[in-house]
Amino acid sequence: MFQHGEEVAEAAGSAGLARYAWVVALLPLLSAALTLFLGKRTPGRGWIYGVITVGVGFLLSLGILWHFVEGGGTYSSAISWFQIGPLHMTLGQYVDGLTAVMLIVVTAISLCVHIYSIGYMHGDLRFTWFFVVLSLFTAAMLNVVIADNLFQLLVGWEVMGVCSYLLIGHWWEEHVNSSSAIKAFITTRIGDIPFMFGIFVLIAATGFATSNIVEIEHLIAGDETSRAVVSIAALLLFGGAIGKSAQFPLHVWLPDAMAGPTPVSALIHAATMVAAGVYMVGRLYGIFIHADPWVLQFVGVIGVATASGAALLGLVQDDIKRVLAYSTVSQLGYMITLMAAGPAGRNAAFFHLFAHAFFKALLFLGSGSVIHACHTNNMSEMGGLRKPMPVTFWTFLIGSLALAGIPPLAGFFSKDELLVALEHDHQWVLFGLLLLTAAITAFYTTRMVLQTFFGEYRGHGHPHESPLSMTGPLVALAAATLGVGFLGFAWTGAPFFDWVFFEEPEAITFVPWVAALSVTAAGLGLVAGWTVYRRWREPDPITALGPAYTLLWNKYFLDTIYWKGIIRPVRDPLAAFVYWTNQNILDGVVNGAAKVTRVSSRGVQAFDRDVIDGAVNGIGQTAGFTGGVLRYLQSGNVQRYAAFLFAGVVILAVIFTRI
Amino acid sequence: MIRLPLILFFSATLFSIGVYGVLARRNAVLVLMSIELMLNAVNLNLVGFSQLWRDLTGQVFALFVIAIAAAEVGIGLAIVILIYRNRETINVNEVNLLKW
Repeated sequence: MFQHGEEVAEAAGSAGLARYAWVVALLPLLSAALTLFLGKRTPGRGWIYGVITVGVGFLLSLGILWHFVEGGGTYSSAISWFQIGPLHMTLGQYVDGLTAVMLIVVTAISLCVHIYSIGYMHGDLRFTWFFVVLSLFTAAMLNVVIADNLFQLLVGWEVMGVCSYLLIGHWWEEHVNSSSAIKAFITTRIGDIPFMFGIFVLIAATGFATSNIVEIEHLIAGDETSRAVVSIAALLLFGGAIGKSAQFPLHVWLPDAMAGPTPVSALIHAATMVAAGVYMVGRLYGIFIHADPWVLQFVGVIGVATASGAALLGLVQDDIKRVLAYSTVSQLGYMITLMAAGPAGRNAAFFHLFAHAFFKALLFLGSGSVIHACHTNNMSEMGGLRKPMPVTFWTFLIGSLALAGIPPLAGFFSKDELLVALEHDHQWVLFGLLLLTAAITAFYTTRMVLQTFFGEYRGHGHPHESPLSMTGPLVALAAATLGVGFLGFAWTGAPFFDWVFFEEPEAITFVPWVAALSVTAAGLGLVAGWTVYRRWREPDPITALGPAYTLLWNKYFLDTIYWKGIIRPVRDPLAAFVYWTNQNILDGVVNGAAKVTRVSSRGVQAFDRDVIDGAVNGIGQTAGFTGGVLRYLQSGNVQRYAAFLFAGVVILAVIFTRI
Repeated sequence: MIRLPLILFFSATLFSIGVYGVLARRNAVLVLMSIELMLNAVNLNLVGFSQLWRDLTGQVFALFVIAIAAAEVGIGLAIVILIYRNRETINVNEVNLLKW
């Protein structure tokens, strides 16, 4: 299939399993098709296809990563798709260490979510459809990860958006769910439009010669394109990341996206799709780094505004999934911020993405388990779940500590790397703000855990531990959360940064005072949270913030501003105009056409009746009248006939003799 | 030798009597006989011109006409008999079915 395969890097010998990365991406697509067509006839309503294919994909991804563990080189290959003018469209794969790591993340989380959904979605009306879209989404995300050209990336990017829309609105019977789905879709599209134009600008900058990412980065590095064009392209591309990765000011869709089933939130809105924006910025980092420095400064400002702003919003939420959603926005803000700190920052951002995917998926699945037991999202109706749900509690606790950045969990190491990268780059403002955000994160995490699992149960009914299909993935993800942090730790050799690097692998150093600061910040937040929420009573102590609480509770009034400032002023006149157009122009055209038809048909009818029928009838009447007259000649009398005969003969004789 | 104008005059007279008989007589048998008169008037002409031109073709033709006239009368009388059997009359005026 991939005849044009070629080794890009120096590594000699076989490319190992790296040449089969495309199989990992195609497997879930196959699963989506199988589930769609055979799912309902399969025992278990079709979950089996997704679990098996994604499981095989995960094993294959491990094999691909092994290729890079052994020091293998980058592999890329492509098949021709179609051609527009000079532009060759290809379907290709570009497999480097980053791709391998992302394949692991996506397949691992997707596998956990597939298994988890068997229990969580049990008895759902559209169980099979849910698995179809889940598999389709996985295929799209993997396509984004392996894409070697911008169009292939865009295709995967948009398919993800559609799947996200379908899954958020999975329970569309409730109006709020379907409007959340529409909001998510349209908001991300606002970012996708600049993204698309960014791609066009880049391809135009190459003279429509190629859409291949490596070739474009090579051309840009060779100073063949003007810096202004590259800056514009980078800025436009970043628009896509703002939409997809829920950065300020387009972050508003992500908390509402929690209307979808919780496994969806774990897979799409925590671990993978929202990370695609970060991945895209990192994958196209050669473009960002060759743009004007202010572009990356802008990226950093957006990132840090998102990180701290969303963390503050996380403080006041009552819905457990919304706490996690704002925490996701905040952590994505971290990653975007780090993109501003040069190649080291980029790599640290990817490490955080990697670690965050595991512990955030764990937290979401844990919250799903809690919601499954309590039948509510509100933490004010939970509490004391530590005893009836021990597995969920302990795994959730591990995830929370990782989110808070407590050693030796994944979140600690990745946040440490972030801060070290910022320290190296002397980005002190960002450093300080992210440190502060870390403290806030620890505070709201503590609040969430205490409200959910400690104290007295405040809801109704009897919560119980979830089935094995749900706790199994929780335990697996908790184990991963405990383990993956060491992959990026200096003392264990930081193998992660041997796989994921920009141009050159760099040495990772452990900076004790940064780690100490980080732990102190996290610890302060934790202690503060414990002090405030240990003896939690109504009302929530956070309301004591007064006006600040009102501001946060209303999400900085951003939704209101969008509603009153953008949506209504645009939507209402637009709707009125469309209505007017429909009533007057479209209906006018239709009615006018009908009227013309009616009038002309009258004319045609008159012509038909008077002229054509008149001619036909006239001929008939003439013949009838003539016959009526002539019939008197035919008397039946032979002698009269003979008389006519002789008369005729006489006339002829006279005529002929005259001649 | 009889002079041609005499023959033609006689022939024309005979033909006219025949025409009169065909058109005016009511009796079908008499109509048939009138037709015979007309045919024989024609024969007279043929023979007269044959004599004038010293050419026997006209006389041969006259013989043919006589033969045909015989056949015609045979058929004609047969029809008349059949009409009489069916309608009890041979009045031509009353046999007027040849119409609309």
